[in-house]
Amino acid sequence: MKDLSMHILDIVQNSVRASAGLINIEIIEDPGKDIYRICITDNGSGMDNETLEKVVSPFYTSRTTRKVGLGIPLFKQNAESTGGRFSIQSKPGEGTQVTADFGLSHLDRPVLGNIAETLVLLFSSYPGIDFVYSHHTPSGHYQIDTREVKQNLDEVPINHPDIRKFLKELIQENLEQIQISR
Amino acid sequence: MTKIKSLADLKQLKAEVQSKIKLREKGDHPENLIQIRVSMATCGIASGAKETMTYLIEELEHQGIDAVVTQTGCMGYCYAEPTIELTMPGSEPVVYGYVNRAKAQEIIEKHIKLNQLVDGIIPVNYKQIDNP
Repeated sequence: MKDLSMHILDIVQNSVRASAGLINIEIIEDPGKDIYRICITDNGSGMDNETLEKVVSPFYTSRTTRKVGLGIPLFKQNAESTGGRFSIQSKPGEGTQVTADFGLSHLDRPVLGNIAETLVLLFSSYPGIDFVYSHHTPSGHYQIDTREVKQNLDEVPINHPDIRKFLKELIQENLEQIQISR
Repeated sequence: MTKIKSLADLKQLKAEVQSKIKLREKGDHPENLIQIRVSMATCGIASGAKETMTYLIEELEHQGIDAVVTQTGCMGYCYAEPTIELTMPGSEPVVYGYVNRAKAQEIIEKHIKLNQLVDGIIPVNYKQIDNP
């Protein structure tokens, strides 16, 4: 993966496949501990302990179209190669939480990339799922909740081109305000 | 200093969009629309499917072509990512492989606008004749 926003797009698809109704994406930049944390939480179907042990293996997948599943292994490998950690917690029927800690200042940490585009792509591809994105930096924090967005929109679809463009600019401008790391 | 956008600005935009939607209400049944599904699993994303999908959405909108662009999972053609499945109204779906921006543009110009098949269909059972 070229950047972290692609990992996020990829890992969120797992939550979508687990029929989640609410997906929480959180990024915490902590220069004090030199950690760049990405945490994705869903209220999907969850996994039992047996499955949970297997998901970090590249040779485990729930798909039938191919025999490998690299989303989680790649994410884990990338986090660990920057001196970070990776963990998954899950309970059947309750949901799953994936946490990856990257070394904030580590040279091998991929850049975040175009997160606004990634988020808008997710919002508009899955209008039936609610997303909360929050980003914390030492200068402040920003949060966007699609439930609030949809409330403001009434029956206008979130994937209308004009709305997409607006949301992309909204996220970009607000993230610039809190001076997110590249 | 310019004002930062907020959700409050969305209300105003909503009203504008609502009036636009009413103008083009013409029984938008999905089967009458061009449908494109972009394969967006790990393999697709790593190969640049995000860029392809954003390009398709924006270019089709820019050219005023009514199409539904959605995400789908891995179609099993990981070697040929990014792959897209294009369904023209009333036709069988066609899968294209190695769809970067240039290929996507070619597909819009030829397949979507002129209904001419383009090289790159999976499985490879179609090839343009170079020297007729």
